[in-house]
Amino acid sequence: MINYLANPNRFLNFIKPIEFSIGVFSFFFIFIGLYLSLFNSPEDYQQGDTVRIMYIHVPFAWFASFLYLSISIASIFFLIWRHPFADIIARSVAPLGLIFSILTILTGSLWGKPMWGTWWVWDARLTSMLILCIFYFAYIGISNAFPRQIDGSKPAAILAIVGMVNLPIIKFSVDWWNTLHQPASIIRFDGPSINQEMLLPLVIMLLGFLFMSIFIILINIKTNLIYKKYQSEIIKLG
Amino acid sequence: MKPKSQRLIILFFFLTLLGLSTFLVLKSLEDNIVYFYSPTDINKKILSNEIDLSKRIRIGGLVKENSILKEGKKISFKIHDGIDEILVIYNGILPDLFREEQGIVALGKIENKNFSAIEILAKHDENYMPKEVSDMLKKNGKWKGKLN
Repeated sequence: MINYLANPNRFLNFIKPIEFSIGVFSFFFIFIGLYLSLFNSPEDYQQGDTVRIMYIHVPFAWFASFLYLSISIASIFFLIWRHPFADIIARSVAPLGLIFSILTILTGSLWGKPMWGTWWVWDARLTSMLILCIFYFAYIGISNAFPRQIDGSKPAAILAIVGMVNLPIIKFSVDWWNTLHQPASIIRFDGPSINQEMLLPLVIMLLGFLFMSIFIILINIKTNLIYKKYQSEIIKLG
Repeated sequence: MKPKSQRLIILFFFLTLLGLSTFLVLKSLEDNIVYFYSPTDINKKILSNEIDLSKRIRIGGLVKENSILKEGKKISFKIHDGIDEILVIYNGILPDLFREEQGIVALGKIENKNFSAIEILAKHDENYMPKEVSDMLKKNGKWKGKLN
């Protein structure tokens, strides 16, 4: 399956019929999720209405990490099997992940000011998230630093793999060290510590973010394929 | 050996070494990465003279019940971690979430075995629930003031 789809033309043919429905799904889930989280979910016993920031903060944070993981995996495929399409995928994911990581930090500090009493602290969770954001910047920078785009692919892939060590640190920072950030509420041994009425809008938002990410990444992949073709034409013309 | 498997092995070693070195760095920096010390840590450090009294540090714990005393703008209270406790003296604005059995983090210095704070942040725990649920838990006696 992976081998079959690794060919750009076959991939484009494969996504053509499903692309539109992915976009519709993402709109649908985010619309319902936003409605539930803003108008139809209870206030928190401590945070009041401020809890509603969580419904976008958590999806931003999760997908900032997941997208980085997918860049690293694509980079491993690129380095070992030298498959150019893996590089295209990694490049297509990076801008979205960067935006998500920035928005994670912004929504987090909007929540932190009224709850903690500060916009920012240098605790392990917040700092490791900032490092993720910097890795995204570095990846995009290095992968586009050369006149011939392909020359930046290898160093960028190595960087992406190095940054992978940061991902478990982000996830477990709240367990390994004392942090101001609260520990995990959803993925934990004794089940979610978040009330079901609040978990439902969050899960719907996460689904919406999943479809939205796929949709945007597909657009980026198509753009990058066209750009690559254009570059190789230029090289041919000399 | 095929170059493909050669690259795979190199990458595997690279990742193992990278993981190991990261672990060692984080392990050795543990004392600096923790955002705050618990009262137990602090009292242990005071006893063993491990602490630089002139340096600002952060301590965190739960605000002890019936320990909040207000005298004008000056406020004092005890924070505990279930084992040990320490008296905090503070002169400033408290965060909205400040209350008994609430986790807080204070920045300041140790003075005469008390903690003189210049900044207090509230810590929020990992529990999210509507007010009705928390009221019911309290009524049924199932409420537990969790640490952290």
